[in-house]
Amino acid sequence: MARIIVVTSGKGGVGKTTTSAAIAMGLAKKGHKTAVIDFDVGLRNLDLIMGCERRVVYDFVNVINGEASLNQALIKDKNCNMLYILPASQTRDKDALTQEGVGKVLEDLSKDFKYIVCDSPAGIEKGAHLAMYFADDAFVVTNPEVSSVRDSDRMLGILASKSKRAEENKEPIKEYLLLTRYSPERVRLGEMLSVDDVQEILSLHLLGVIPESKSVLNASNSGIPVILDEKSDAGQAYSDIVARYLGENKPHRFIDDKKGFFGKLFGSK
Amino acid sequence: MSNDTKKTSYNPPALEFKSSTFSVPVLVLSSDDLILIEQQLQGKIRLAPEFFKNSPLVLDVQEINKHNIEIDIVAVIELIRKLGLLPIGIRGGNAQQNENMIGLGIPIHSIHTSSTTVETKKPPKAQIPEPETKDLLQTGTTLITHPIRSGQRVYAAGDLVIVAPVSPGTEILAEGNIHVYGALRGRALAGVQGNTEARIFCHDLQAELISIAGNYKISEDLNPNVRNKPVQIYLDKHTLVIKEI
Ligand SMILES: Nc1ncnc2c1ncn2[C@@H]1O[C@H](COP(=O)(O)OP(=O)(O)OP(=O)(O)O)[C@@H](O)[C@H]1O
Ligand SMILES: [Mg+2]
Repeated sequence: MARIIVVTSGKGGVGKTTTSAAIAMGLAKKGHKTAVIDFDVGLRNLDLIMGCERRVVYDFVNVINGEASLNQALIKDKNCNMLYILPASQTRDKDALTQEGVGKVLEDLSKDFKYIVCDSPAGIEKGAHLAMYFADDAFVVTNPEVSSVRDSDRMLGILASKSKRAEENKEPIKEYLLLTRYSPERVRLGEMLSVDDVQEILSLHLLGVIPESKSVLNASNSGIPVILDEKSDAGQAYSDIVARYLGENKPHRFIDDKKGFFGKLFGSK
Repeated sequence: MSNDTKKTSYNPPALEFKSSTFSVPVLVLSSDDLILIEQQLQGKIRLAPEFFKNSPLVLDVQEINKHNIEIDIVAVIELIRKLGLLPIGIRGGNAQQNENMIGLGIPIHSIHTSSTTVETKKPPKAQIPEPETKDLLQTGTTLITHPIRSGQRVYAAGDLVIVAPVSPGTEILAEGNIHVYGALRGRALAGVQGNTEARIFCHDLQAELISIAGNYKISEDLNPNVRNKPVQIYLDKHTLVIKEI
């Protein structure tokens, strides 16, 4: 049986797709057969970040509608043969996804894969609901600002009450906090919430902090998940996150101001 | 409703209309088996006889109608009354059921679609062992050990104890006292059935609104001295008192 991970947030543009691509690649690189599914029907983004947009023939909606088999629609990643992508449709609208259809696809994938990563669309409407409904684990992607934290909190409430696990009275979804686009410098200047502030409000297990980094944009421009850029801070942060998720003990990084001692001594504040 | 105020210049008005919100238990039916309903309702009443005695009640038949279950609604009303409850409304009824209710002098309420979750008297599963749960129910206390998330709403018929933070954008209501062993950042309403003795206790006051038996204060009116402090809140004649503890 596969473990189903939803990457979700409520708020848009916080780094869900970046995170989905990175952790799916990270899990696959560790030798676990992984599928990553784009639930953002109508927008289609994941395939760009994975660099497979020119190899899309069939998509998630085709599979749900029985117009293509899973094997026809799954795209094997060009960098890692343990990773497969199920792209979203650009031409359908959100209603093309049904709970029954999604459930069936996940069930079929579960037979063959170890991890299934679901890249949720923003919001709390149908698409986001379907992305999280069948999940075992939730990666709640949050930026260090009040509105993002509030939306994550809202999403956590939905995870706790509206998921399949909740409805069937099973053990609840395991929730993890991923704080992304973190800038210690801006925290120091009081322009952003700190890790502690966010954890105070959400009281959630922190899986990791991903720094604000130019390497993310570079990676998505070249269609290679940032985790493969091993020299980059964001890539290392995502590697740590995958390792921690798999049970390894890694101290948190990228939380403190790089300027450190001298920064504090001569800083502007 | 026509009242001509001009003619009352000598006498003070004998009445006025005010708008008020009440919390009323809603009985959601999911079966048409009258015997089963009677047994289970009796069971609930035994848990909190004082609470249910002459308690108003709204009957919700949306679930059964959704599943096209036929039910003798008039018999249900008789049964509810026999058990000492006072039905004051029905919700989710079809045309025939609504007509029957009007015949019995029972008003029709519309289903208001709110996106909030209501966790009425539902102690968290798994986190606390079974026997403890039962004991808590008997003493009329609802214990919640997980954080209350933005958009969620919790209602307790007795006391409400929350051993976790309460987020902004939440509403926690109790007919009795409210205890929050964590930061209280949402709206907290104690004594919602009018119990003026009810109190609110919390570790860290950051609430959007606090209310006891309908006497409320909004965040803006909170004295900075008590903000972010452990406090208790109670009524002294109709005034809310917030005291550091
Ligand atoms: N750690 C980071 N550092 C810098 N930029 C980042 C980081 N993470 C994400 N971004 C940028 O933020 C933007 C949004 O990222 P992404 O598409 O992953 O978010 P999303 O949550 O999937 O958005 P949507 O809600 O629209 O699906 C992108 O331009 C991405 O390059
Ligand atoms: Mg996205």
